[in-house]
Amino acid sequence: MTRRFPILPTLIVLAGAAYFLVPLYAAFQFSLQMKRGELSFEAYRSVFESSTFLSTLTFSTVASAAAIFFGAVLVVPTAYWVRLKLPKLRPVVEFLSLLPLIIPPVVLVFGHIRLFGSNSILPLTMSSWGTNILLVIGYVVLSMPYMFRAVDNGMASIDIATLTEAAESLGASRLRTIIDVIFPNVRSAIVSGAFLTFSISLGEFVLASLLNRPAFGPYMVQLGQDYAYQPAALAIMSFALTWILMALMQMAATRKPGQRLFRPSRSLAASKSQ
Amino acid sequence: MSFLTISALRKSFGANTVVKEFDLGVQKGEFISLLGPSGCGKTTVLRMVAGFETPSAGRIHIDGQDVTALRPNQRNIGMVFQAYALFPNLSVAENVAFGLRAARVPKPQIAARVAEMLELIGLPDLGGRYPFQLSGGQQQRIALARALAVQPRVLLLDEPLSALDAKIRVSLRTEIREIQRRLGITTIFVTHDQEEALSMSDRVVVMNGGIAEQVGAPFEIYNQPATRFVAGFVGTLNTLQATVADAQTGTLSLDGQHVRLGRALKVPAGSAVSVALRPEAVRLGRAEGLDVVLKARIDEVNFLGSVIRIRADMGVGKVSLDTFNRADAPPPPVGSEAEVSFAARDAIVLDH
Ligand SMILES: Nc1ncnc2c1ncn2[C@@H]1O[C@H](COP(=O)(O)OP(=O)(O)O)[C@@H](O)[C@H]1O
Ligand SMILES: [Mg+2]
Repeated sequence: MTRRFPILPTLIVLAGAAYFLVPLYAAFQFSLQMKRGELSFEAYRSVFESSTFLSTLTFSTVASAAAIFFGAVLVVPTAYWVRLKLPKLRPVVEFLSLLPLIIPPVVLVFGHIRLFGSNSILPLTMSSWGTNILLVIGYVVLSMPYMFRAVDNGMASIDIATLTEAAESLGASRLRTIIDVIFPNVRSAIVSGAFLTFSISLGEFVLASLLNRPAFGPYMVQLGQDYAYQPAALAIMSFALTWILMALMQMAATRKPGQRLFRPSRSLAASKSQ
Repeated sequence: MSFLTISALRKSFGANTVVKEFDLGVQKGEFISLLGPSGCGKTTVLRMVAGFETPSAGRIHIDGQDVTALRPNQRNIGMVFQAYALFPNLSVAENVAFGLRAARVPKPQIAARVAEMLELIGLPDLGGRYPFQLSGGQQQRIALARALAVQPRVLLLDEPLSALDAKIRVSLRTEIREIQRRLGITTIFVTHDQEEALSMSDRVVVMNGGIAEQVGAPFEIYNQPATRFVAGFVGTLNTLQATVADAQTGTLSLDGQHVRLGRALKVPAGSAVSVALRPEAVRLGRAEGLDVVLKARIDEVNFLGSVIRIRADMGVGKVSLDTFNRADAPPPPVGSEAEVSFAARDAIVLDH
């Protein structure tokens, strides 16, 4: 039996792909045209040569990593506890975790500045490390909807109540149960939450700019105002970075227990050699 | 003194009391089953022994120690769940080692113990596998090894075979019982399957509505059920209607015949009682020693192979009876009249 070629669906897919790819390609080509009359990676070289680029990227990477760490430490035990002991409160907690999507970051940062400003009990905005803390807390809040959902879904896919009881009956403390049983089993969920957090906070502008931090987001905006070709190069690079993160996320999510991301695990290899 | 003592245990969820005045003494090394229909409170009793639920009243002692207020991780109890509950992120060996690591046993000892446990359950080569690579039966055996590795004082199993195929279920029965005997570990086994309970246990606790209706050896439970519920729940039961003719001598009037049970009855003369008979106590036709003979009509004949199960209506009640298949004696046709006999001493009189 021969099937007719699906013309209409193919056209829709091509149109959709073109909608994304044509501007991307245009930006890419533009980013190569910094030297008149020839295609070159000059714009990229110029971006990488800038010390501001490296320092702001480093700053934002560290801030994002800190946000991921504190986000996970906050969200995993909370989601665990709510599922285990307070299942009736889960919709409430879920709603709370969604608030950052509803309330604009500007509100958050002005709240921060008022609460921790120069004449408050805890004047965090008066020192640079204090402001850094506020920034990380802000990122934790911004990433909460994604982190909570990812981790909560991860917990839904395993029977955490029975696993907890199994661990406890074997003499494990609550802390050991969380570290040895719960964390590893929601690790892929945490990793996908982490990548989402990373992609949000790496280029974040509003918080970083209003708190006056030397972060990557404000740098990109500044660059966009001052130069022509470099912003296109940056845009292409950030796309590439996002795609790499998506691929890593996919690999983390579909990994089987005992598999490492890039090499076979020790225990599997050991069992094969026996 | 029992090794495990449960006294006056009660558990309420809100206004709903699901375990009522539950008493049980378990000897060291004994295998006890909690048997009862779904929702009768078996799991709740087990979970209170494990420490996952706090009793509303009553006490639990293990080896002389009051454990009622102890947390689950302080009780040193092994637990096996219906859904296996292996840690998916850990290999088989790491699963079995989990309790030993929590107890900070030195590494070389852990390795030796894990190997010993895997040997015990007959899966010595699976240490490097992960739970998702195992069959249900293998997973449940690993779960058993994991629970036993820490040498618990008591082993608790909550319907551990219910999720398995019929064949594996039966073979694992024997295997669990054999391991339990070898280790001499005090065990409570929860099941709703009477065959499982009768075939595996030293003693069976038949539960109904949060109450222990009867505690006894399988032979006792089956042959001398204490209550109507036990009689009905454990095994097939035929009940006939009779009236007491003489309580002192234990004589009943059944379909106009006097039946002498040979033991005194507690109910006064003239009262109606139910007489219960196991299928194997009833015979088609007359036989020596079967002193009660009743007329019956054959309602149903089920040929099961080596056994033929016949249902007969005797007017005072219907009975199921089993006869062995014999090539030279075909079963009676449905609708025919026949005689059915039993020994008066096999009759169980049920209180109303
Ligand atoms: N956590 C709980 N909250 C409220 N009711 C419960 C809870 N656990 C069990 N029950 C109720 O207690 C009764 C007995 O349950 P369970 O002990 O699981 O029975 P079984 O194991 O014999 O099937 C059931 O009616 C069940 O609905
Ligand atoms: Mg149950």
